[in-house]
Amino acid sequence: MGGLLPLIEHGMKKPVWDCRMCGQCVLHSTGMTCPMTCPKTLRNGPCGGVREDGHCEVVPEMRCIWVKAHDRSQHMPLLPRSWREEFDHLRPPVNNALQGQSSWLNLLNGRDRVTPPGWAASEAHA
Amino acid sequence: MSPTSPNAFEVLCQTRTRPVVTAEFPSFDGGTLDDIRAAAEKLAPWVDAINVTDNPAAHAHASNTAMAIALTQLGFNPILQVVCRDKNRLAIQSDIVGVSMFGVQNICALTGDDVTAGDEPEARRVYDLDGPQLVKVATIMGTGMYLSGRKMKTAPHLFVGAVENPTAPPLEYRAERALKKVDAGARFLQLQIHYRPEQLEAFMAACVANGVAERAAILPTVCLTKAARALSFMNESVPGISVPAATIDRVTTSEDPKEESYQLVRELAEHALSIPGVAGLHITDFRHDDSVRRLTEDLAIGPRFEEQHAHSA
Repeated sequence: MGGLLPLIEHGMKKPVWDCRMCGQCVLHSTGMTCPMTCPKTLRNGPCGGVREDGHCEVVPEMRCIWVKAHDRSQHMPLLPRSWREEFDHLRPPVNNALQGQSSWLNLLNGRDRVTPPGWAASEAHA
Repeated sequence: MSPTSPNAFEVLCQTRTRPVVTAEFPSFDGGTLDDIRAAAEKLAPWVDAINVTDNPAAHAHASNTAMAIALTQLGFNPILQVVCRDKNRLAIQSDIVGVSMFGVQNICALTGDDVTAGDEPEARRVYDLDGPQLVKVATIMGTGMYLSGRKMKTAPHLFVGAVENPTAPPLEYRAERALKKVDAGARFLQLQIHYRPEQLEAFMAACVANGVAERAAILPTVCLTKAARALSFMNESVPGISVPAATIDRVTTSEDPKEESYQLVRELAEHALSIPGVAGLHITDFRHDDSVRRLTEDLAIGPRFEEQHAHSA
């Protein structure tokens, strides 16, 4: 999908959050830390490989994205309580079809909340 | 084993009439069905289920699915480990439904070590799903449908579990992450190898408090090794495992490092089993001798001690 909106979104979010344009932004629920910058692109981290010093298994010089996300979701000032609580939610598998699209648009039209029918059915049971 | 009724491992995880014991099956790089049988016969009398690994530490080996099918056909009870590193959601689902047709029921979902931990760091990493998502996908499959919602011909009977690392940062979040997996459907949790009893205790206390220990059978893991070199290797090279210097020193400076290595594990295991909420033990073995037997006998756990527990219960 072309258009100006993805360019504007990327232009704003890349410098601040290193945005990868997954098209289904969950920054608010991960302590304003982009999970797509985790080398394993985990949406429900941290994995079990975090080093003793809190750094990444894959990139030893980098602090684990999810250690950072957890810390920020607890301590970042001005973060609404509901956003802090959302940290514990199970985020569904990434919809790879949305890659490159504007997450703002997908938030407005609801496409970022559409999950595969099997997933949706099990949520309905829960 | 009937593909539709619960297997002995599942029953024990739920009834917990005695400690559950599982062990890791060695990786294979060729050989025959007879080799698989011989390795399984060495382990099976002492444990309730055998984990078949999925390219552990990002090294290619005989596939998890082939090994699980072989063990089932030979009459053993495998736990199929599935990692998210090598396959996307389509391939993972076809693996699970495929093995289920051979009677494999126990599925253990892992995120998986990164490709950079292995001998082919140039490989493309996948992680189309992550560990908690995989737990949910396997649980959905147990209801007879794929993630897409498409119905299967018959619902496979699956007993789904996961792993958690009680000694990796952020320590205070690990029990919450375990809860996320239990909410997604995990009914057993095999923990990462640990050398920090105090961290395991804190993790277990949190899992008792948040209900995880009741809803899932938690099995701490110990690793049988021969020498201090193995401990140093794990400390330096295995993601998520740290071994205190004092622990390594204890083995290094001992007169009989091999025996001291065993005693260390025995103490860790004994301690783990004494913690409230712990349902059993998972054993990894790099000694390749009769230590799994020795450990289960010393601790009086496993299928051979069924009666003793029945009497004391």
